[in-house]
Amino acid sequence: MAGADLDGRNMPVSLTNSKLIFDALKECDIRMVSALPETWLVHLIRLADDDPEMTLVRLAKEEEAVGVSAGAYFAGVKSAMLMQNHGFLASINGIVSLAHLYKIPLLMLISYRGSFGERDPWQTQGGNVTEPLLRALGIPYSFLDAVETVKKRIRQAQTLAESSLQPVALLLTRDLMWEE
Amino acid sequence: MLRLECLRSIYSELQNCLVVTIMGAVAAELQSLGHRPNFFYLQHAMGLASSMGLGLALCLPEQQVIVIDGDGSLLMNLGSLSTMARYRPKKLVHVVFDNESLLSVGGFPTATSTGTDLEGIALASGIPRVATVRSVESLKAAVTDAVRGSELTTIIAKVEATGPAAYVTDLSLLENRFQFRRHVQSLKKR
Repeated sequence: MAGADLDGRNMPVSLTNSKLIFDALKECDIRMVSALPETWLVHLIRLADDDPEMTLVRLAKEEEAVGVSAGAYFAGVKSAMLMQNHGFLASINGIVSLAHLYKIPLLMLISYRGSFGERDPWQTQGGNVTEPLLRALGIPYSFLDAVETVKKRIRQAQTLAESSLQPVALLLTRDLMWEE
Repeated sequence: MLRLECLRSIYSELQNCLVVTIMGAVAAELQSLGHRPNFFYLQHAMGLASSMGLGLALCLPEQQVIVIDGDGSLLMNLGSLSTMARYRPKKLVHVVFDNESLLSVGGFPTATSTGTDLEGIALASGIPRVATVRSVESLKAAVTDAVRGSELTTIIAKVEATGPAAYVTDLSLLENRFQFRRHVQSLKKR
């Protein structure tokens, strides 16, 4: 059942900026994306699904993505993880006990729900703890918050992940993802 | 049925595969039979060995991948069965040693000891081939068949809750990681 809301057409998620992010990922030679849907990610996931050069792995829970991306890394395939910040919370043991323990580079694109402008009450608690947790885990992070810097930041995040052999996060912000 | 004997019986099969194991007794016992550069032991992150095997199998569809899982680990990531079944890589074999116990942390019984049926869960998750084995011979036959075949297979092997005296080996985690990565990359150059 592919209702209008399910593919994001009735939601003000930016298709233009989702495409910008997706194209930047492809320019970084990323060929596998693992994801769990969330409103801000609908276009990105559909773009990955529609692209024959991209392998999309739809997960049951975000922590699986750490294992899938680690497998891809050993195979020599560049991958990215698409998740909501609550999915990041659900992945923490995998990040610590696989990615950190074994020095596996991960490129994590995390939608930053529950921050300024958030209307959904259920997103707000996760918004409070996202950055403190990234800092506590020692995960370098930056923001995708402006069209002009998207491409460069994705490239820089991937470069740092690969040189430091560790997870690096990019927070997808409302300013970039939401059009209203 | 002893897990060590099971591993011994399939060791020659494992020699030609990319092998991802879980932590604890499985990792220590396989190393006691002889470490190889194509063996990776995920010494923590319980539940993610199958996810890592899936990532490998999707990226290297020509390579045979064998995940050696356990009941405690799989119960922590049952969703992985549904994700594997969704993409069903043809050359992925998922062996689950079910000793009905969290052996390495003191032998606390898992839910398979009170009736949870991993074969049923794997089947209902959509894994195309599932078997439960209770003897070394049938385990060996099931693994050999699965490797010869071309369908995602989960094999539940019921084993006794006994393990090695020690779990820490002289292979450091990072040594294993860098060696395994180098090995996988060398396969691509051939």
